[in-house]
Amino acid sequence: MVMSKPAATRPSEAEIWEALSQVPDPEMPFVNLVEMGIVRELGWQGGRLQVTITPTFAACPAYEVMQAEILAALAALGLAGAEVLVSHNPPWTSEWISAEARQKLKDAGLAPPPRHQGDLLGVLMDPVPCPRCGSEQTSLRNSFGTTPCRMIYTCNDCKEPFEMFKPL
Amino acid sequence: MLDHKALARYLIALADDELILGHRNSEWTGHAPILEEDIAFANLALDEIGHSRLWYELAADLLGEDRARFPDRQVFLRPAEEFRNLQLVELPRGDWAFSMLRQYLFDVFEQHRLAGLSESTQASLAEVAARIRTEEIYHLRHTRAWVTRLGLGTEESNRRMQAALDALWPYARGLGGALPGEAGLPAGVVPDSAALYEAWLAEVSAFLAEAGLTIQPGSPDLQSPISRADHSSDFAALIEEMQSVARLDPEATW
Repeated sequence: MVMSKPAATRPSEAEIWEALSQVPDPEMPFVNLVEMGIVRELGWQGGRLQVTITPTFAACPAYEVMQAEILAALAALGLAGAEVLVSHNPPWTSEWISAEARQKLKDAGLAPPPRHQGDLLGVLMDPVPCPRCGSEQTSLRNSFGTTPCRMIYTCNDCKEPFEMFKPL
Repeated sequence: MLDHKALARYLIALADDELILGHRNSEWTGHAPILEEDIAFANLALDEIGHSRLWYELAADLLGEDRARFPDRQVFLRPAEEFRNLQLVELPRGDWAFSMLRQYLFDVFEQHRLAGLSESTQASLAEVAARIRTEEIYHLRHTRAWVTRLGLGTEESNRRMQAALDALWPYARGLGGALPGEAGLPAGVVPDSAALYEAWLAEVSAFLAEAGLTIQPGSPDLQSPISRADHSSDFAALIEEMQSVARLDPEATW
């Protein structure tokens, strides 16, 4: 049986969001699951916390690790027995990645996904600035990369290869 | 009244297509002609297998099964004769032209089907279809580029693509057959497979012609689609290999 805490001693919603903001993305530890737009909603069901997440790419291998790390972070707050719900409604989009997270991606050498407002094919025609030197003289090397969410470019100016987080 | 079992059968067939195509694509890992394509095919494989999992999970919900365990049971413990994938996706990977063209033919059909499914009156189905559809944009962009490049490339690349088309085309007619369970579903839940086939045929015919490839006379006969219950002689070996580790210890925790 799961013992639920009386409401009075529960951590506040702000405290829970703060704890979840400390959970790193397993494959990109320089960003967290909240600023990536993966953690969507908090709710209570019969004294149990329910966290709704929207996974990014369907085949993301980090998905099960994310769930385990969310539960561990909540357990550390005293919220044992919390539940992670998975929702694809609406499906995750790279538009949900916050401005701070975009900057962190760039600082880590990963070009952030361009804002597309639904026009994915259109935005893929635009130049992708090199996250290192800022040059727009870059070439697509591969629409697929080291994880389902990345594609590979080369900068024609600084000559460095780099990855871009795919717009989705 | 929605027949949950009929919709589950439909979704399992869709999942089987994605799984088996993904498995065949995964066989290119370490063997593709260039490093970039090695990475690309590994990703295509991973995506398709990921999509199959979404469909199996949805089928589990409809059948009242445990969605955490159902996909693995379907994939690793189901006898070969119970799979309902198309023969198109189970054929051995052939040369790289064959695998690329097969992926293209499948991707175009899938885009049409996902467009229909994302309008489904069944909300959970529409949501998953919308998720998969955006990811598939990357597949189609890739396979379209390569079909054109190889079709119009060198004499050898054209010859290999034409041979691949000749070999694949008779199997492509399987795409137009109704899926298991489809006939038992009310209008608006899933798109009509025969109508999707017409749209697919028009699109790929025009595109392949522009890529310098010729569809041999004798268009696939829609009146006798290959049944999804019939599998080719290579399928048993694929399943045996895919399931070999899981069957060593079916109760193992991964």
